[in-house]
Amino acid sequence: MVKSNDLILRTMTVLIAFILFGFAVYLLLAGHNAPGGGFIGGLMTAAAILLMYMAYGTTTANKILPINYRILITVGLIIAVGTGVGSFIFGQPFMSQTFDYYHFPLFGELELATALIFDLGVYLTVIGVTMTIVLTISNDRE
Amino acid sequence: MLFAVFFPILLALIIPFLSKWKTTIHTGYFVLLAPLSIFIYFLQFIGTDFQTRSGSYSWIPSLNINLDFYLDGLSLLFVLLISGIGALVTFYSIFYLDTSEKLGHFYVYLLIFMTAMFGVVLSDNVFVLYTFWELTSISSFLLIGYWNFKERSRYGALKSMLITVFGGLSMLGGFIILVNITGTTSIQEMISQADVIFASPYFVLTLVLIVLGAFTKSAQFPFHIWLPDAMEAPTPVSAYLHSATMVKAGIFLIARFTPIYTLSELFFVIISGFGIITLIWGSFMAVRQTDLKGILAFSTISQLGMIMAMLGFGTKAAIFAAVFHILNHATFKGSLFMVAGIIDHESGTRDIRKLGGLMTLMPISATLAFFGTFSMAGVPLPFLNGFYSKEKFFDASLNLGESSLWIAEILRVAIPYLAVFGSIFTFVYSMYLVFGTFLGEKHLDKLPKKPHEAPIGMLIPPSILIIGVIVIGLFPNLVNESFLAFTAEAIYGKPVETHIQFWHGLIPAFYMSLIVVVVGTILALYQKKWRKVYDYFPGKLSFNRVYDWLIAKLESYSKTLTDSYMNGSIRRYMILILTAIVLVTFSVMLITGGFVIDYSDLAPITIQEVFVALAMAFAAIATIFTRNKIAAILILGVVGYGLAVLFVFYRAPDLALTQLVVETITVALFLLCFYHLPNLRERTEGIKEKSGNLIISVAFGLLMTMVAISAHSSKAFEAISQYFIETSYKLGGGDNVVNVILVDMRGIDTLFEIVVLGIAALGIYSLVKLRSKKEAE
Repeated sequence: MVKSNDLILRTMTVLIAFILFGFAVYLLLAGHNAPGGGFIGGLMTAAAILLMYMAYGTTTANKILPINYRILITVGLIIAVGTGVGSFIFGQPFMSQTFDYYHFPLFGELELATALIFDLGVYLTVIGVTMTIVLTISNDRE
Repeated sequence: MLFAVFFPILLALIIPFLSKWKTTIHTGYFVLLAPLSIFIYFLQFIGTDFQTRSGSYSWIPSLNINLDFYLDGLSLLFVLLISGIGALVTFYSIFYLDTSEKLGHFYVYLLIFMTAMFGVVLSDNVFVLYTFWELTSISSFLLIGYWNFKERSRYGALKSMLITVFGGLSMLGGFIILVNITGTTSIQEMISQADVIFASPYFVLTLVLIVLGAFTKSAQFPFHIWLPDAMEAPTPVSAYLHSATMVKAGIFLIARFTPIYTLSELFFVIISGFGIITLIWGSFMAVRQTDLKGILAFSTISQLGMIMAMLGFGTKAAIFAAVFHILNHATFKGSLFMVAGIIDHESGTRDIRKLGGLMTLMPISATLAFFGTFSMAGVPLPFLNGFYSKEKFFDASLNLGESSLWIAEILRVAIPYLAVFGSIFTFVYSMYLVFGTFLGEKHLDKLPKKPHEAPIGMLIPPSILIIGVIVIGLFPNLVNESFLAFTAEAIYGKPVETHIQFWHGLIPAFYMSLIVVVVGTILALYQKKWRKVYDYFPGKLSFNRVYDWLIAKLESYSKTLTDSYMNGSIRRYMILILTAIVLVTFSVMLITGGFVIDYSDLAPITIQEVFVALAMAFAAIATIFTRNKIAAILILGVVGYGLAVLFVFYRAPDLALTQLVVETITVALFLLCFYHLPNLRERTEGIKEKSGNLIISVAFGLLMTMVAISAHSSKAFEAISQYFIETSYKLGGGDNVVNVILVDMRGIDTLFEIVVLGIAALGIYSLVKLRSKKEAE
């Protein structure tokens, strides 16, 4: 691989990727009450990871994030299905969601919803899917 | 009766083991058991005190389809014919077929056929009748194609299959309509409701459909063409199926349904009309044949036509004559086929041009053939049964009732003349058959084998049949009162009493017989002189050519049709699909009055929206005209971002966000993929195709626009979105209604959408990574 002097890109990436990650997590967590959710959060995370891949190249990025994205898809799907199946334990129909409010020290009163776990499954799946597709296609050079 | 019907097919189950196990004993001896025992069983029912019997066994009670068996005079005649001639044919086949043949196959097919025939003639339930009917078609197909290494055998088998199954399916249609009209599946109950059927508007349709079934099976004009080609079967099969039993299934069917249809004069016109045509055509064509079995095949066609015609007459005398002739024809035709088989077996050929002068070499066969052919010709001798039935046929043809239908009236006048005309040719081919084979000069050098008399076992079955001919000829009343009277009664509906005698006095029918004999003798003597007529009529005309042409054209046309739309081009399929959508949707919308435009519920249009929409439209159109693939992708991206902006205008932040990111990723992926693809080609299609595509795309777009406008303009009921807005926080615990719907209220949709995504990702992964080396090259 030809070494190119893309110092500005790399430096910016360090900052921007961090911000993107933060924004993505915000989107995921805030999805219930504000625009956002697992889907867009996942896409945003994938975008951050992609930026790292573009700036640092496949080898370095793989070293930083040693994740098999195909397994991430499976994990996401298992979590999503798991929330659905979980409602059986409480004698409820498939995919019944519930929520309640708890008081946490430091954060104050917060809402915790099972829908968030489902969203987490969506989030992981979307990351896995996007990364699998992009990496598969872009690495296919012969 | 159930056991009698199914005994052969049960025996067929063990025949393969027997033929493997006892190779020293000819398998036929085991087979003989079935027809013989059934014959003896049914023989006990004969007698002047005959009563109808019935038995019922459940099969599919919920559909009213049960194995209802019904034994009346008509069934009894056929059962005895099938089992009796079946036994003789089996015996004959023991000597005809060598043990080197695949005997297991032969006898299994034959036994299946026996069961099927017993089922056909004994069934009272139309659907059971149909089941057995098709079983006869299938077993006959197997038997004709027995020597499947011969191309002609396969051709003949396929032809008979196509024609008889065509008829069988029509018949099934007729039966279904009958069942709908009468509400019963029993034939006897249908007969009791004959007036209901006659009054039904579908009367003629059922008649035609059932007649189609009978005509194809019984080789009536113009469906007779399969029978001569079925002569490729082994001779026992020809003797059994194609002279005595299966071809009479159609006759049986017509006889069975006569009590229903005889109410209509149309029945007379169709049955008698086609019967007479078949009689004349069959006897005329028989003289042309050079193959012994060919002559006999056309002779069978002609005789079946005669029986059919008599059934159509519908008078008491005619029906009795028909029944009588069924029995007579089975006896002499069965024996003639067996004799033809003997000649083939002993001399190596069936070509009548090579045969001649065999009388001194094969005296017994010659004697049998003399009796058989003379009976077939109806020569007035008191010991030949054929004469009696022919005489009765002439007599019946002269005594037809009055009719109101003009075509029936014409037929009524013409039938006696046509009958005599057909019978003259019957006489000619009978004489041609017997004298051409047994008299004249010998051509021993031309024969493949040196002919000699057949083994005694081969001669016994035809001898028994000929003895039958003579016994019935000498004592016709032996079978009359005890037996045939009941058969005729079953068809006619009222008791039939007839006394058969040789000498009626100088009645017109006797003169007709004399004319037949005299003119027939003259024609037979000078046959060589007028034979040339066949070169001109029918010459090259034949229904075989029609059939072959039909089959060939059917194949080539369906191939052309399939090729015309299945040309492998996706563009073509898209055109077909879109055109179909446009036409169907448009006509449905037009018919149901679906196109509505309602301005009342429209939101005001802002200037920003117009700008965005214009930009998107411009970009979409520009995509079509660009030649650069990268440019096309990027311009297409404008449409996607425009959509995201519109989502913002319409206050859908989640959608806008997702649309933005998805659009970006899609464009990136497109660029990634298209980087490897070759440049877009110059569009090469002509102006015609281009304008065609233009018309379809514009039509499709307009249609969808109209559908969308109409859908918006006609709201059938209130949307349920208000419910989501109200309960989003209460039930879902979230303020973002879209997200609550996605993960909570309709979480299953989301679940499967991410499954779809996962499958897509894995699909791409396997497409790219898991290529075999071969495909990559």
